[in-house]
Amino acid sequence: MNKMWNYIKDWFIEMGSPPLFFKWSSKILPWLMLVTFVVFILGLAWGLFYSPTDYKQGDVYRIIYIHVPSAILGQSIFMFMAVCGFITMVWRVKISGMLLKSAAPIGASFTLLALLTGSIWGKPTWGTWWVWDARLTSTLILFFIYAAIIGLHSSIDNKSRADRAISILSIVGIAIIPIIKKSVDWWQTLHQPSTFTLTSAPSMTPDMYQPLLVCVLGFYLVFALLLTMNLRAEVVAREKNRSWVSKQLLNVDK
Amino acid sequence: MNPIRKQRIYALIAILAGSILAVGLVISALSKNLNLFYSPTDLLNNNLSSDTLIRAGGMVREGSIKRSSDSLSIAFTVTDFKNDLLINYSGILPDLFSEKAGVVVQGYLESEGTFRAVEVLAKHDENYMPPEVAKLLEEDE
Repeated sequence: MNKMWNYIKDWFIEMGSPPLFFKWSSKILPWLMLVTFVVFILGLAWGLFYSPTDYKQGDVYRIIYIHVPSAILGQSIFMFMAVCGFITMVWRVKISGMLLKSAAPIGASFTLLALLTGSIWGKPTWGTWWVWDARLTSTLILFFIYAAIIGLHSSIDNKSRADRAISILSIVGIAIIPIIKKSVDWWQTLHQPSTFTLTSAPSMTPDMYQPLLVCVLGFYLVFALLLTMNLRAEVVAREKNRSWVSKQLLNVDK
Repeated sequence: MNPIRKQRIYALIAILAGSILAVGLVISALSKNLNLFYSPTDLLNNNLSSDTLIRAGGMVREGSIKRSSDSLSIAFTVTDFKNDLLINYSGILPDLFSEKAGVVVQGYLESEGTFRAVEVLAKHDENYMPPEVAKLLEEDE
């Protein structure tokens, strides 16, 4: 058990060493782009054009195919960041700090997209763009925490210190996630409870939730793609004075 | 494990526990204030003055909607299946407003059991289905 743990740890550290990461990510990036493009387009096209209309909301409900995946991503990216933060703080693995920093703007964007699409959905169905109920407010707070993480990192010049500062912030901030998740069950809100739960079957017909699952997968792939691209830029920016960068990027020996 | 790392793990767990505890205390203190609206039962035992803007919510009782023929005025009953609240409203209703559907109304509690709404919001549930399925379900009932 211990041996396997050490093996995994060594593998992670080796794969995360900047030169090696840059090398293997160059190889997978075109494939990742292709798969992401296919799944993302497939999911959205299926959901937006080929799924049935809703008996009550009509075609308006189709915004669910963007709203729900972005809300899921906004929350799971934060959990991912908290794990990266934990690894950064305990093992001081350089790459996990860079991962955390690279993931923050993506998570913030997805959360903002969830807020905006929710607002656009709210106007025709609820009759209002915004209401201060527990689900909406807690999601807005999540967006502010993302903004704080991005701002805090850019305000500290020493990069590894900045990484540690945002690690703490993302570990502390994780307490918001269960609140967002359970807000619709704990309090009376305008927002409806979750359609998908771990304990029961989705309250949606299969021809509606199948495209939704593909959309969620597509959004995860978009995250993976953007994260890889952000991280590559971050790695090069931080290691620009190292010889491997000029060797790999410019094919010259420094 | 390296003792320094062990120490860091303990420190992080303490920070995490502290943050969860703090948030938990805030939430338990606010608890009821985090509800967006009152149910008709909540309002029954509440001595709210008629000039306080509040929100009430529940289900629109079947057959209770009375529209005026020459204006936008409408009256309907909101129920939480224990108590009822009569709502008077004049204005445009959201598309999803219907019988047996959830609503949240903002306005003033006038006298016992009646409410003057200035805004009506429709609440929708988490169920989605194609119209054909909805029709089949209705026929089953």
